[in-house]
Amino acid sequence: MEMPAPDARVMARKSSVVGRLRAALTDKRAVIDDPAETRAYECDALTAYRCAPLCVVLPATTQEVSAILRICHEAGVPVVPRGSGTSLAGGALPTADCVVLGVSRMDGVLETHLGDRIIRVQTGRTNLAVTGAVEADGFFYAPDPSSQLACAIAGNIAMNSGGAHCLKYGVTTNNLVGVTMVLMDGTIVEFGGAHMDAGGLDLLAVICGSEGQLGVVTEATLRILPRPEGARPVLIGFDDSEVAGACVAEIIRAGVLPVAIEFMDRLCIEACEAFAHAGYPDCEALLIVEVEGSEAEIDAQLATILDIARRHDPVELRESRSAEESARIWLGRKSAFGAMGQIGDYMCLDGTIPVSALPKVLGRIGALSRDYGLRVGNVFHAGDGNMHPLILYDANAPGDLEKCEAMGADILRLCVEVGGCLTGEHGVGIEKRDLMGVQFGPADLEAQMRVKDVFDPGWLLNPAKVFPLQTSAGRRERNRGPAPGAPEVLSAR
Amino acid sequence: MRTGEALSPTDEAELAEAVRAADVPLRIVGGGTRDIGRPVDGQVLSVAGLSGVTLYEPGALTLVVRAGTPLAEIEALLAGQNQRLPFEPMDHRGLLGTKGAPTIGGAIAANVSGPRRVQVGAARDFVLGARFVDGSGTVISNGGRVMKNVTGTDLARLICGAHGTLGMLTEVSLKVLPDVSFAADLTFEGLDDGAAVAAMSDALGTPFEVTGAAHDALAGTTRLRLEGAEASVRYRAGALAQRLSRYGAARTCDNCAARWAAIRDAAPFHGTDDDVWRVHARPSAAAGLVARADARRTLYDWGGGLIWIGCAPGTDLRARLGDFDGHATLVRAGEGTRRAIPPFAPPSTPIAGLSAGLRARFDPRGILNPGLME
Repeated sequence: MEMPAPDARVMARKSSVVGRLRAALTDKRAVIDDPAETRAYECDALTAYRCAPLCVVLPATTQEVSAILRICHEAGVPVVPRGSGTSLAGGALPTADCVVLGVSRMDGVLETHLGDRIIRVQTGRTNLAVTGAVEADGFFYAPDPSSQLACAIAGNIAMNSGGAHCLKYGVTTNNLVGVTMVLMDGTIVEFGGAHMDAGGLDLLAVICGSEGQLGVVTEATLRILPRPEGARPVLIGFDDSEVAGACVAEIIRAGVLPVAIEFMDRLCIEACEAFAHAGYPDCEALLIVEVEGSEAEIDAQLATILDIARRHDPVELRESRSAEESARIWLGRKSAFGAMGQIGDYMCLDGTIPVSALPKVLGRIGALSRDYGLRVGNVFHAGDGNMHPLILYDANAPGDLEKCEAMGADILRLCVEVGGCLTGEHGVGIEKRDLMGVQFGPADLEAQMRVKDVFDPGWLLNPAKVFPLQTSAGRRERNRGPAPGAPEVLSAR
Repeated sequence: MRTGEALSPTDEAELAEAVRAADVPLRIVGGGTRDIGRPVDGQVLSVAGLSGVTLYEPGALTLVVRAGTPLAEIEALLAGQNQRLPFEPMDHRGLLGTKGAPTIGGAIAANVSGPRRVQVGAARDFVLGARFVDGSGTVISNGGRVMKNVTGTDLARLICGAHGTLGMLTEVSLKVLPDVSFAADLTFEGLDDGAAVAAMSDALGTPFEVTGAAHDALAGTTRLRLEGAEASVRYRAGALAQRLSRYGAARTCDNCAARWAAIRDAAPFHGTDDDVWRVHARPSAAAGLVARADARRTLYDWGGGLIWIGCAPGTDLRARLGDFDGHATLVRAGEGTRRAIPPFAPPSTPIAGLSAGLRARFDPRGILNPGLME
């Protein structure tokens, strides 16, 4: 994985930068520059690549964020914003010449208004703690990434995170109505508010999913929704993955809109069974379909879904009859990533495909798995086509990671080829950066980079992410001068 | 002033060529039914020739259409598969006195959403991808046709609601949803504005999935819509009426689609000489804002999150409302008024700077609907 060479001129000024940052913050311990401590920030959840930053700052207020950015802007120091560090795409991977700006200390609730159905929080608050603040009142925050216990709203906004229930409730961009964001020069800007549809150009649209490249979002106003009366899953097992895929399309066509349709293939089923003992059937593929409403409404929707399922020769149909049975149906799915981790190291992909291409793509992934000699488990949000192939490899076997990355790239190319995209909810980060040319032409990428030019003209915010390094080189070097050394190759641990 | 004959390209390449060749500002139109914003002096460029469905996959809830495709054609196509555009786009012809056929490109470029917006989201929330031609005549593709896509910067949504000032849509991919078999309204009579908004907020705070919440202040009617399978709607209507009993006895009315079309299209203002404003606000602030507006007519939609206000011609409503969490758009007024009072609320200084920066990069010659949003 290539990253730009760290700027030796910046690194030479470390003590002056650290001194200025410390002077600007109330809590002097909020600036971390001891190499033993900055190591804790050397990577995010993409742990294969690591690089300790120049220093880490953990501000307590929007004003402190503004002061930090102003100092870094003046000193020409790159800034890597960080939420909870759970990015699977390397979105918060530091460079040796950067300041990591973490918002984890800013986790308060600023306002809750049930009548306006909004909550305003500081963005270091975790996703689950947003729901936690309103669940006693019968409300919840809808986007639910698997990492919701740990991931921060800041990172959810940066990556436009999704989750299992997007089919009905949408992703972060559909549930975000306002932000306070600090630009790289320290300017504090309010976008939107607590009302629906911000005025003027839809700048929230480009901020959400901008991967920390446009500014540091410190506060967010989020839509909260009344919790449904009830929800119930059904588990359907199949002897053939393609038939499971066909069943998904037919359920969607039938006019019922489940809140979630989750898919697992044999490898994942077996791994989850061994890990969580959820009582899953022995079969090639299973679907978990969940619907919401009153008991009678759930019964009616499930009747339609089970009718469709029966026409697809299921080997198992398991309707939950109690909260305990529902929890058992979800148990395996929710532990899928942990269960796969028990088998070995894995790389988790995130491409999205048109639902109609599911059978074809599953077949091609199987063929690639045989060609590369690497096992692949598939667990994903089938209703919206967001796949999560998990490629198993051995981190200790020389060349295995490279082989796995090459296979991952082939799978993502396949996703684009069938009309899909590289990433559905994890973001581009460094992981998919150099594949962007597969999905976008030069003019498309140029247009996207224009937005960054406007918000961050010096390309100091998270500068070596999202866009292929060569494509962004001119912009990154325009203000800082050409990098003095050869590009740095970060080798996997 | 309207310059020269209208340009009417029939495909994306022709449109891009027309933009590259343009040496005067362009006034971009689709069906010509949504004359919104500061009047633009320029040569008319019609996108209506770029028409037709590129792809429709009912099993994937996906529709890809060219920008000039008439909405009526799309709605008929979707209805054939028991699906619909969830965001219920408004038809502006009654309000603005325009003729022609509304197009999908116009609805997306203006981010036009109807009553269901309060429950399912706005037009922009259903945009999966877009192709557009920027001010230098370059074709740009963004997003795609899948439900979840965070690959790169979300230009497709940026274009949505930009009223053509960053680029001209040539094609748009949309998420569609199943149509419903049944709908019923609960109506309350005689609530004052404050009580009506409170009732709507309470309703939207229940789990009963209210897909419309409007209050016609002139008629004194508060209307809540429920949609779905008939048994489910009946159950929810009963439960909701019970939950809202402190606002009085609710009447029930089945399948009142015409009522919702009238709310969607701001019918109380049709044929009046009012200047008509759309105010986006926090529902909890809505009644207070209306009290300051000295309005001739008021219609609340989106549970009070959207207020249609009719004023005497030439009124600067923003001056009356003062600062609030939201914004006011002057949707209907004479050309003179729309030149004197900015139809779109002037943004804060930093946002004005960012918006100008984006326009300078996407339309360096300043020829795409120049000044429309200013």
